[in-house]
Amino acid sequence: MTGPLLQLEGVSKTYRRGGLFGREEFRAVDNVSFRIEDNEPQVFTVIGESGSGKTTLARMILNMVRPTAGTIFFKGQDLASMRGARARRIFMKDVQPIFQNPFEAFNPLKRVDRYLLMTAKNFTPARSSAQLEAAADRALKKVGLSIGEVRGRFPHELSGGQLQRVAIARALIPGPSMIVADEPVSMVDASLRMSIVNLFRTLRDDLKVSIIYITHDLATAYYVSDRIIIMRKGEVVESGSARVVLENPQHSYSQLLKSAVLSPDPHGRGVLTGDSAASQQARASPHPQIDNLEPQVR
Amino acid sequence: MTQISGSPLDENSYVLETRALRAYYRMKYFGIDREVRAVDGISMHVRKNEIYGIAGESSCGKTTFIKAIAAAIRPPLEIVAGHVNYNFINNDLYALPSKERSAIRWRHLSYILQGSMNVLNPVRRIHKTFEDFAFRHMHMGRSEFEQEVKRHLERLRLPAEILRAYPHELSGGMRQRVCIALATLCKPEFIIADEPTTALDVVVQKDVLAMIRETQSEFGSSMIFVTHDLAVHANITDRLGIMYAGRLVEEGRTADVFSNPMHPYTAHLIASLPRIGDIHPRNALTGSPPSLADPPKGCRFHPRCPLAMEICRHENPALTTLAEDHRVACFAASATVQPTSDEKPQHPEALETVR
Repeated sequence: MTGPLLQLEGVSKTYRRGGLFGREEFRAVDNVSFRIEDNEPQVFTVIGESGSGKTTLARMILNMVRPTAGTIFFKGQDLASMRGARARRIFMKDVQPIFQNPFEAFNPLKRVDRYLLMTAKNFTPARSSAQLEAAADRALKKVGLSIGEVRGRFPHELSGGQLQRVAIARALIPGPSMIVADEPVSMVDASLRMSIVNLFRTLRDDLKVSIIYITHDLATAYYVSDRIIIMRKGEVVESGSARVVLENPQHSYSQLLKSAVLSPDPHGRGVLTGDSAASQQARASPHPQIDNLEPQVR
Repeated sequence: MTQISGSPLDENSYVLETRALRAYYRMKYFGIDREVRAVDGISMHVRKNEIYGIAGESSCGKTTFIKAIAAAIRPPLEIVAGHVNYNFINNDLYALPSKERSAIRWRHLSYILQGSMNVLNPVRRIHKTFEDFAFRHMHMGRSEFEQEVKRHLERLRLPAEILRAYPHELSGGMRQRVCIALATLCKPEFIIADEPTTALDVVVQKDVLAMIRETQSEFGSSMIFVTHDLAVHANITDRLGIMYAGRLVEEGRTADVFSNPMHPYTAHLIASLPRIGDIHPRNALTGSPPSLADPPKGCRFHPRCPLAMEICRHENPALTTLAEDHRVACFAASATVQPTSDEKPQHPEALETVR
């Protein structure tokens, strides 16, 4: 198949807040365009801090939120034209989500394997319980688990890293061509973070799944991603090949983000005592706003 | 109020010392005893004017350890054995009557906690929160106290207007700064910081860390800084202790621990850190951390350890000084490095084999 897997054209989302009086509009996502080609699976990273519109963008790609303006095409189909449960199910077979906090994504009163079996029942031809278990087990094997480890377990019985891998396995059952992962490692411990990020590489290389990886962690983004966009207040400020952008950021905001990343190489005492212009400014106002920083940054 | 103890404070004196501290959660369900050994024999000390970092993954006992050294113990958590000594009380914290203990809190021993929204009372303006926390410890009149609060904010370069604000009017980073101001108002000798920047964005995080560092060095306080993010430790702590399954497995000067990690767990943690400019593949550890209710025998890391030997399965390695100011609990590391013979361990308890 030719053509883009996913294409966004001038996508915006505006939220209204306030009641009858003093209504204000808030642009969560502002005129975002990019495309992911079908023939080359890739890890596409969206970077930004909280409030930059990353999650709204993810929800629009998952067709959970309609954009106010612009169009999203998935495999040539306009998401806004999708009608009915059947079309939705066909779309979900191709695009699967992974959420930030696995403890919130799973109902604590339901057994974890139930999610896997239900997904297999809804999205694969398997019908008998043995077939369903086999489908779940195949997906779990891809993330380094097996059905024996999760059968009958409740979410609290698994560690955060295991649970997040179960969430990824669940997303793999329908055989999607794209996974949207919204901050998948921010709630996971440092030692397990790499196992999940490594898993994304494997999915891309072996299963040819494209991954939209949403994060605020520049170091893992550099490690895993092929292409990157940096968002600030709903707008894309910089985009391109991940290594090129992160090694040599051009936009002042990208440079500020990169300079704020703490290097793990120890500098010893005093490295943080230098007071940057940014922090001076942030303390001068009770509501520090990143957008005021522009003139001061290089 | 002057200092309670008369002991002189020089650079090398300890402000906090724990000896073979054990804190267990003891529960009884339907007649079955269950014991979770969250802190199992930790001996360490924190020196004057230093930031001591504690790293480890979740459920390794970090928070329980903090609770134990702050005497914030509630059932089912119990102190089973060991001592917690602060030099400013010249005594075991648990030997004090509770009234004296609460007089020490905030005045000599204060905390910076993770969720700043939960620390600040949402229905009280910030200046009321300052009164709630610190007024009774400052022993001064109300107007004098207000002046002192304003001076303190000025010293930390925070605007005085925040005193009139409610917590929800401030951004997350600002709230965390207010919490730091709150915790340092009485110029305490000891500050406990539990994941103070984990919920913040990278740009804000760097500023808040810089503020913690500045404030700590200005007042000469000692600090325990807990986070699982090793990059934060690399940038703020002077010494670093690595915890695994309720025990301290390595401790040393932060730069030494990073440049020469001796415990395989530490070595793995440091090798797996992603860095910008390096796409060399990182391996993840297999397996998952042990359950503290039923930890493996011997060294608790041995089921996941690439260097595990026969002895690791039966005996628990003691925390041994293997280099200057660098203690490691690992048989494999001890076999390769000969401990300097003339150097005596600082505490005999430190070498006590735990279970």
